[in-house]
Amino acid sequence: MKPVLSAKRWSPYLAGALVGILSTLTVLLTTSVLNKPQYLGASTTFVRVAGITEETLAPEHVVANEYFTKTKIKVDWQMMVVCGIFLGALLSARLGKSSLYETVPPIWKESFGDSVLLRGVAAFIGGAILLFGARLAGGCPSGHGLSGNMQLAVSGLLALVFFIISGVVTARFIYGRRR
Amino acid sequence: MDLILGLFTGIVFGFLLQKGEVLRFEKQVGFMLLKDMTIIKFMFSAVLVGMVGINGCHSLGLISLSIKSTNIGAIAAGGTLFGIGWAIAGFCPGTSVGALAEGRIHALWAILGMLFGAAAYAEAYPFLSNTVLKFGDYGKITLPQILDISKWIVIAIFIAFGLVMFTWFEKRNL
Repeated sequence: MKPVLSAKRWSPYLAGALVGILSTLTVLLTTSVLNKPQYLGASTTFVRVAGITEETLAPEHVVANEYFTKTKIKVDWQMMVVCGIFLGALLSARLGKSSLYETVPPIWKESFGDSVLLRGVAAFIGGAILLFGARLAGGCPSGHGLSGNMQLAVSGLLALVFFIISGVVTARFIYGRRR
Repeated sequence: MDLILGLFTGIVFGFLLQKGEVLRFEKQVGFMLLKDMTIIKFMFSAVLVGMVGINGCHSLGLISLSIKSTNIGAIAAGGTLFGIGWAIAGFCPGTSVGALAEGRIHALWAILGMLFGAAAYAEAYPFLSNTVLKFGDYGKITLPQILDISKWIVIAIFIAFGLVMFTWFEKRNL
């Protein structure tokens, strides 16, 4: 098993197909053990972590907020999935010796130079916009893109089309024109 | 128990995301510049296999589905915002934490931004729920329902489309 697990990379087709199997097994397992099917997702966790953080600063404000009440601010299944993604990626990168310390990625550098601060500020703004958008759309590439499409949901396909068209147009605009 | 199951699923998911090399800014933005289709190969493979698995289990009565509502106004506006932020950040919510784990330190700023965006959404929610979230809500609908055909025909079409697309990617070396 070791040479396989310590390979630097797997074919994206193989790794992806295994995610398809993982999703199916997860739904089967959570249905039988928890009596509630759990489909892969990630963006609601950011709402919960933001809510937990705000709770330590201004508890009344969180209680009064309609969205935090609706989302139920607590450590749940999906939050543990997101923690697990960190651990699993760490394990895979260590075994395959494919970690790379990076503060400014090459494509970014070509267009905007090597300022760590500029990259940091942009990543923050991008992150804020995308999560706001994901919550408005009702999910991210995990919840809509993977889980939604696996279930043949109209919402999943529609969201994925908007994610991709908007991402492609924006990327062309910000990284394409200076080449 | 649900926490342990979640952690286990996440570890396997994170492992596969890293091995498939889809966590990287270069791969995410490389796709958006239409130069590298790694993330599409990964995602489509997952969706095709999961489609058969999930729908097979559902047909056997082993599981129930959890369909998100097709709220056209919110999905169009939210999806467009997501794409703009995704191109700038170069990560999505699920991949950002994995990217941080493989040394992409700048993913940390994206994660903090996502938490800020989540808090901002919670503040904007009362307003949004009375406006954008009310436009064109078609409920929890599926493709087989609106096309009025068997779900297995829809799945067969997806698989055929996927295989043609994969062949084209490999031919073009994308």
